[in-house]
Amino acid sequence: MKVGLFVTCLVDLMRPRIGFAALRLLEAAGCEVVVPTSQTCCGQPAYNSGDRRAARLLAEKLIAEFEGCDWVVAPSGSCAGMIRAHYPDLFADDPAWLERAAALGSRTYELADFLASVAKLDKVPGDFTGTVTYHDSCSGLRELGVKAQPRALLAKLPGVILREMNGAEECCGFGGAFAVKFGEVSARIAEKKCDNVRASGADAVVLGDLGCMLNIEGKLRRMGDEKTRVLHIAEVLAGDDAKG
Amino acid sequence: MHFKARASAAAADKALQAKLATAKGLFVEGRRRAVAEIDLEATREASKDIRNRCLADLDLWLERFEREATRRGGQVLWARDGAEICRLVTDIARRHGVRKAIKSKSMLSEEAGLNAALEAAGVQPVETDLGEYILQINDNELPSHIIAPAIHKTKEEVAELFARVHHRPRKTDIGEMTREAREMLRAHFLSADMGISGGNFLVAETGSVALVTNEGNGRMVTTLPKVHVVITGVEKVIPTLEDLATLMRILPRSATGQTISNYFSVLTGVKRPEDTDGPAHLYFILVDNGRVDLVGSGFQDMLRCIRCAACINHCPVYQTIGGHAYGWVYPGPMGSVLTPLYVGIENAIDLPHAATLCNQCGVVCPVKIPLPELMRKLREQQVERGLRPWGERAALKLWAWLARHPRLYALAAKLGVRYLNWLAEGGDRIRVMGIAPSWTAGRDFPAPEGRTFREQYLSRRSK
Ligand code: SF4
Repeated sequence: MKVGLFVTCLVDLMRPRIGFAALRLLEAAGCEVVVPTSQTCCGQPAYNSGDRRAARLLAEKLIAEFEGCDWVVAPSGSCAGMIRAHYPDLFADDPAWLERAAALGSRTYELADFLASVAKLDKVPGDFTGTVTYHDSCSGLRELGVKAQPRALLAKLPGVILREMNGAEECCGFGGAFAVKFGEVSARIAEKKCDNVRASGADAVVLGDLGCMLNIEGKLRRMGDEKTRVLHIAEVLAGDDAKG
Repeated sequence: MHFKARASAAAADKALQAKLATAKGLFVEGRRRAVAEIDLEATREASKDIRNRCLADLDLWLERFEREATRRGGQVLWARDGAEICRLVTDIARRHGVRKAIKSKSMLSEEAGLNAALEAAGVQPVETDLGEYILQINDNELPSHIIAPAIHKTKEEVAELFARVHHRPRKTDIGEMTREAREMLRAHFLSADMGISGGNFLVAETGSVALVTNEGNGRMVTTLPKVHVVITGVEKVIPTLEDLATLMRILPRSATGQTISNYFSVLTGVKRPEDTDGPAHLYFILVDNGRVDLVGSGFQDMLRCIRCAACINHCPVYQTIGGHAYGWVYPGPMGSVLTPLYVGIENAIDLPHAATLCNQCGVVCPVKIPLPELMRKLREQQVERGLRPWGERAALKLWAWLARHPRLYALAAKLGVRYLNWLAEGGDRIRVMGIAPSWTAGRDFPAPEGRTFREQYLSRRSK
């Protein structure tokens, strides 16, 4: 089973250890993992800014890079969602590309979803102990149906206790460029999310998307919370030695 | 003041957010309970189909409606825009010697600014929906929500207002306050010569208008005065009563979490000799105001909207800034799509961007309008028409170009990480970020971990 790991631009830039954790998990699940080194970004920032042309060029690049893989996996619900749910829209007027986009889209998965539903990872290598609460990122949840999968994987770690927060499915206020265009509004929405995280009493909030991660961690720290950890599901599942 | 400034100010208004949180509790929880009683997905699908069916042959259904309504004594008039609404209504008022008009909720009347036009024509407009009444006596304040127009007011604020305007002792019991408002309105109900209402649906096969209300004022407005004027958008027409029944399973549930609204009226024709009440003259003003252009366009889906406000109630941005920030009649996600379409894309540049695209709106919408997609489409039109700020376009172009040149991109990423780490001064966070000050105004920006994934991966592989 040849899996192409789409690291995503934010993981590449901000949290490489999540990329390595994903790599380790996919290997633990018995996959042959390839990481095309020419990969950059899925084009989502351009797409959501209304620049279809730029988004399409990046989509073509990504499709060409990953087409040879049986599966494409990304440690991000919004990037996987971009490929699976939105690439077909970009090529709506181009049957040849549309076919390629749809074919790749149907083989593209968010990491936790892939591990749970396709690779059926049984033994999770991580050794995290403590209470966690899970933030459902919008694209993962509402575009890809990622909800039970990460929780099922967390349940395989004996030391992890899941404590659901109020409004787990509510947006954290990131929204890509929105976080900068409407900084005050975005930060205020993040504050409500952080209030819910803290009220859950969990040691860590676990999630599957870098945007939410930066937003929630940034807000928690600004609120003076130095204690609550903000972890990507890959880090928790892969354990400490995944660190780069 | 522009949207951005209003939104920022509202984001800091914790009192406003407390009120919005109460409303959210009511509407969001209410809806959750109410939709659990039905096969939600099947009903959404059926409702979407009904609305699509109407829109596919809008002209035919409107003609049918006109025929049936006319046959029952109504008169159907067409208005291209707000100015025409005002002209038609004031003409009708003049013809029947109307001095006072009582109104139940009509969004079209808000779109048109009808009250001011009526006053200028010497007709006193009286809002009878409690929320609208509160706003009207508060110096014609604008509504902030399409079904709960005064949601931004606390009970205390309303108590102050009532005491000041009604010249009665201040009351804070909601029941007593409502009774007081009702007493004030009663005289108007009895002395008005014209009633103006909106319409939730127009039923083509019977020429009827369906009204969904909770206070009973709608019944008075539509049956007591000798003249009844219905003002509604052309897209509100549906083929049959059967369709109405389907849509009514989902509208009140999505809107207020009610199985059925307190009042639900299907009004057909003028008063017949054997009827005990009803208007002697019935007018339907069916309004375009930008709607017809949407038929067959990439935005036709938006015309399915049944104005339930579920998208508004569930929107994290609306919950933070309230309705006034949106600047026109329609707030929240549906407003962020409708306002630019109706007032001009160039006149509402910020609205399509005022969303995180979380799609909470899309999943609750009873007629499955893909609101985030429509907002994205509006963003695309802004780009195509060169309406985005120069700096944003340049930054996006540069980034997109880099992303297609992996070697240069890798270099830029490497330098970017070094730069961010320098800003973090060796710590784990950036407190002030010059390139995106609005991020760090309200939160920290976590520092990058160190070398990029690509750098580390390549050096590991070469070992
Ligand atoms: S867009 Fe959908 S959810 Fe929003 S008001 Fe219209 S029908 Fe209701």
